[in-house]
Amino acid sequence: MTASQVGVTAVSEGGVAQDPDAESSRLRARGVSLAYGERVVVDGLDLDVLDGGITGVIGPNGCGKSTLLRALGRLLQPRSGSVLLDGKRIHRMSTKEVARSLGMLPQSPVAPEGLCVADLVARGRHPHQTWYRQWSSDDERAVAEALELTGIGDLAERSVDELSGGQRQRAWLSMALAQRTDLLLLDEPTTYLDLSHQVDVLELIGRLHAESGRTVVMVLHDLNFAARYADRLVAMSAGRVAAEGPPHEVITESLLAEVFDLRARVIPDPVTGTPMVVPLGGRRPRGSDGPSEEDTGPNE
Amino acid sequence: MKATEQTPPARSATPPVPGRSPLRIGPVSTVLRPRPLLALFGGMLALLVVFSCDLALGDYPITPLGVLRTLFGGGDAGENLVVFELRLPRALTGLLVGAALGLAGAITQAVVRNPLASPDLLGITAGAGAAATAVIVAGGALGGVSGFVAALGVPVVALFGGVGTGLLVALLAYRNGVDSFRLVLVGIGMNTLMVNATLWLLTAGEVQDAGRAMVWLTGSLNARGWENVVPVALALVVLVPLALVGAHVLGALQFDDDTMRELGVRVTAARAAMLLGATVLASLATSAAGPIAFVALAVPQIALRLAATSRPPLVISMVLGATLVVGSDLIARTMFGSLELPVGVVTAALGAPYLIYLLVRRYREVRT
Repeated sequence: MTASQVGVTAVSEGGVAQDPDAESSRLRARGVSLAYGERVVVDGLDLDVLDGGITGVIGPNGCGKSTLLRALGRLLQPRSGSVLLDGKRIHRMSTKEVARSLGMLPQSPVAPEGLCVADLVARGRHPHQTWYRQWSSDDERAVAEALELTGIGDLAERSVDELSGGQRQRAWLSMALAQRTDLLLLDEPTTYLDLSHQVDVLELIGRLHAESGRTVVMVLHDLNFAARYADRLVAMSAGRVAAEGPPHEVITESLLAEVFDLRARVIPDPVTGTPMVVPLGGRRPRGSDGPSEEDTGPNE
Repeated sequence: MKATEQTPPARSATPPVPGRSPLRIGPVSTVLRPRPLLALFGGMLALLVVFSCDLALGDYPITPLGVLRTLFGGGDAGENLVVFELRLPRALTGLLVGAALGLAGAITQAVVRNPLASPDLLGITAGAGAAATAVIVAGGALGGVSGFVAALGVPVVALFGGVGTGLLVALLAYRNGVDSFRLVLVGIGMNTLMVNATLWLLTAGEVQDAGRAMVWLTGSLNARGWENVVPVALALVVLVPLALVGAHVLGALQFDDDTMRELGVRVTAARAAMLLGATVLASLATSAAGPIAFVALAVPQIALRLAATSRPPLVISMVLGATLVVGSDLIARTMFGSLELPVGVVTAALGAPYLIYLLVRRYREVRT
């Protein structure tokens, strides 16, 4: 509670535009508290999103990471505190204005029956269109590029509901790309995908970031992937930031024990050298010795 | 214009997007889609045919050429009477009512994202009907709401009845936003309530008034004059352009709420505005011709299948709605000898099997 109050006063009182670290980060959360009804999910959280980098948000189930992402994307109004986009309170900005600089892919988006891939991706142009300008050459270029980047150009005329999980995820990602926003928020972009498709999607996100310098914030469940693809990790626990920094500083054995209640060894990833988590076993009291025991209860 | 819009010039030769050939005139641009265009022209042709037949056929048949001659001022007195006073207002009312119902249904189904959501199933036409019945019955008992006052009074009251019922349904279905499924359920409940209210009014009223109301309630174009054409025409003149402007938002309104917001749509406001427009259209159509069954429900789905689009197309739904109502009235007027059926009987006979088909198909989809 105190944290949130401090955060609010720090930003809202002293003139939003002249905020000292305004130039450091385009998207920031200041003292943000989020709740669904009476249930407070995120409490007094501060976050500066790394510009031009990939930020991975990790944490156990129910820690508030998706909720935080929704608030950053203006889908959820904070109970207190504020989310700032370019120094402006995001909830005071017009929906369209936000949609032109910030794109978001929700966790399980729903497409209408029978919509074809090209039309789905073209929908990403909505914030740039008006009722009479619905398919400008800019639109066409952005859509063609988005289709090409995700490699689904040959599926353009297929119906979205005929696609496989991996193809569908790439179609949705294309839509977010066609929006051509500098900031991209992705809520578990690899859900429902098999391992090879997970790698495909994450490689694509990494490539996008490398080519166009987009700022990406993504919620990821898989710690090893998070460590591999993110420049910076934010570990959340019970609605607060437990640790923040480069992957090798965040993914440590002590943090895994503290945040995930997981006993694990952290070794360098043989391919990338990033930290790799090798779990020892499930929930255990601290003293017991893990690997030899048979009990491997679920850790979530 | 925008920092995010800059593209390297090398990219200017990107291949066109398959299935989305552009049509651009100055600042105006849209996607050229052959299939919907074909459906539109086909629909307009069909409308032209049934409309001409509706003017030509009847107890006093006129040749198509005769109709044309009369329309351009070359008819004799008899032809003038039949065409201008009897058939043209009736056919025009049918055309406008059908167009309004088709448009209202297409908007509702697109916004609610459910083919069962149409003004007839959501209780809006029933609400307009209950209100109009109240006026007809009360008017009789009070000994004389008639002529111009009745013609003006019934539409206005039906409008309030329909819009009021629509608001009530939305209010009852509201819980942190309007969920499509809950809206349909509340709507069906409200529909039943309004139908029962109407029945109660019919029983309570004088037999003669009840009979008059009954014909109106089946949906009838009998004896429709120019005074019936005007309110619907005005509503269409105002609302059709608004709906077409709003159609752009309708394209983005098809997704889940998070995706729509993310695309920069003010979801609740856009939905409310579109549904209000649809409600006004359906109520005014109902006031002019009674609650003509199934047009708003079936036509948008037929248009959707003909045009192969992902949501009911607005203009095609209007054209097909007009075709269906005018065609049904032609059947009702000429196919049963001396008996003139209300048009609603024909549309219901055509539409009810369709509703069953839709329910069966929907159920099968849910199971698989």
